Amino acid sequence: MRGADTPSARTVLSVADETPTVRTLEFEDAELARAAPGQFAMVWVPGAGELPMSVMVSGTAGRAAFTVRAHGPSSRALYGVREGGLIGVRGPYGNSFDATARSALLVGGGTGLVPLMRLITRLPPDARIGLAMGSRDAGEVLFEARARELAQGREIRIEVATDDGSRGLAGTAVDAARRLLDSGGYAAAYTCGPEPMMAALVREAAARGVPAQASVERVMKCGVGICGSCCMDDRVVCCDGTVFGGEHLASSADFGRACRSKSGATVPL
Amino acid sequence: MAASLETRVGPIGLPSPAMLASGILGISTGVFRRLLDAGAGAVVTKSLSAEAWEGYANPTVIGAAGGGWLNAVGLSNPGAAEFARMLRGPPATPAIVSLVGSEPQDFGRMVAEFAGCDVVAYELNLSCPHVARVGLEVGDDAALVESVVRATAAASSAPVVAKVGLGSASYLDTVGAAVAGGASAITAINTVRAMAIDAEAARPVLSNAYGGLSGPPIKPIALRCVHEIASRHEIPVIGCGGVSTWEDAVEFLLAGASAVQVGSALARGNMGVFGEINAGILRYMERKGHGSVREMVGLARR
Repeated sequence: MRGADTPSARTVLSVADETPTVRTLEFEDAELARAAPGQFAMVWVPGAGELPMSVMVSGTAGRAAFTVRAHGPSSRALYGVREGGLIGVRGPYGNSFDATARSALLVGGGTGLVPLMRLITRLPPDARIGLAMGSRDAGEVLFEARARELAQGREIRIEVATDDGSRGLAGTAVDAARRLLDSGGYAAAYTCGPEPMMAALVREAAARGVPAQASVERVMKCGVGICGSCCMDDRVVCCDGTVFGGEHLASSADFGRACRSKSGATVPL
Repeated sequence: MAASLETRVGPIGLPSPAMLASGILGISTGVFRRLLDAGAGAVVTKSLSAEAWEGYANPTVIGAAGGGWLNAVGLSNPGAAEFARMLRGPPATPAIVSLVGSEPQDFGRMVAEFAGCDVVAYELNLSCPHVARVGLEVGDDAALVESVVRATAAASSAPVVAKVGLGSASYLDTVGAAVAGGASAITAINTVRAMAIDAEAARPVLSNAYGGLSGPPIKPIALRCVHEIASRHEIPVIGCGGVSTWEDAVEFLLAGASAVQVGSALARGNMGVFGEINAGILRYMERKGHGSVREMVGLARR
């Protein structure tokens, strides 16, 4: 007999290159297909490791996906899984974005755009959406067409920023977000991506009186609030988060500044 | 007189008998304060070593059938000196400090790091089932246990608790050695060495293959060990292993434990478990006419 949190084997049904360094792997999983935006799964690559991954939307009912960039040993292994390959999943874990805003500003950097794609599908049917996306260069711009598809006829305005200026604005997602904020009228800002970018966005939104929510990433081992590896101040990110409100984050000593290493030592971000 | 949750484990005074077990959520003093506010009688830190340890690669924690958990976290911790800095504050956080090492002198040196900290007690991890040269490998060697406990007690003004588990030697011999070395109390038990294999992948799931089983599946074993230790030794016992409800806690007290530790039941952000256990014990005490926790200890051994 299996436990509810024992990894369940899933066969990867398709692998699609999103950019030269980012891939999306799809698989069947009714429960993860229903995951709320911001929730994550712990993903086991047998023999290679296990890592927390935000659950990406799939265009096929009953399927979920992971969008991964190879940067550490576990993500490199997941990036290398081919069609027909086996992964183990447990989850979904964590809380999620409050998707009720009728005018929503979404701000994502790199694969931080993943929970924002799921968020687009959950925003109200009459929502007005602004999407600021940041990436390294023109070739790494992620999910631009997918975001328009997922908007399904709702108004969506997209601003792209690249670090090197090869597409859109030269700058970060926050610079792109500023343009959208200048046009005004957003009831909420949602962000996921590199923490310095999120911290800047939370400050920017607060200065304009727009409530923000950010999905925070930390070292995760258990994903279920047992090991404590992911703690941020007095919060356990895997259970109390990963989504936190801007007001809480503004009062956090750690957010935007420090995280825990694998040993649990506090280290600068 | 109204029933009170206040109790003692030998020299260790506690406002309530359910404390946080070592290894669980034990690296943030902010989280410790939340747990104390939620009703934990004390918090035990992760086992701290002389140097920082990263622990094993993931998968390190997975669910097991019957509401249990399997872990081979591998004693990851930021090291005794760094942890002492966190405990010292400000604000200072009171804690039972769990220590892990291989040699008696390791423990004496680590105790020195905690000068200026509010150390409620030291709990010696003689029972981690999945890391080489420490934990059970120390606990299985009675002579080494005695000298480790003696070295820690000599270095410390705080009481020393020995945490024992099911290794290849009899844990009752480990208890005897800890008593001889001057331990003030025994914590029993640690996780039980176990493993998981995935049928589809045809390989062990934990990166270390072997880990420790915790949660409800090990409660009956832990209860038996507490009963056995309390029957054979004149030393206070802290019961640990699958305590998830007030009823579990009461059973451990009746078996002879002076207090209990709660670990796996905290999964999924369930910090409210301490309040539930405290309220349940109080109701039980009032129903049975017990004024203090201490008068319940060992009643099932009459």
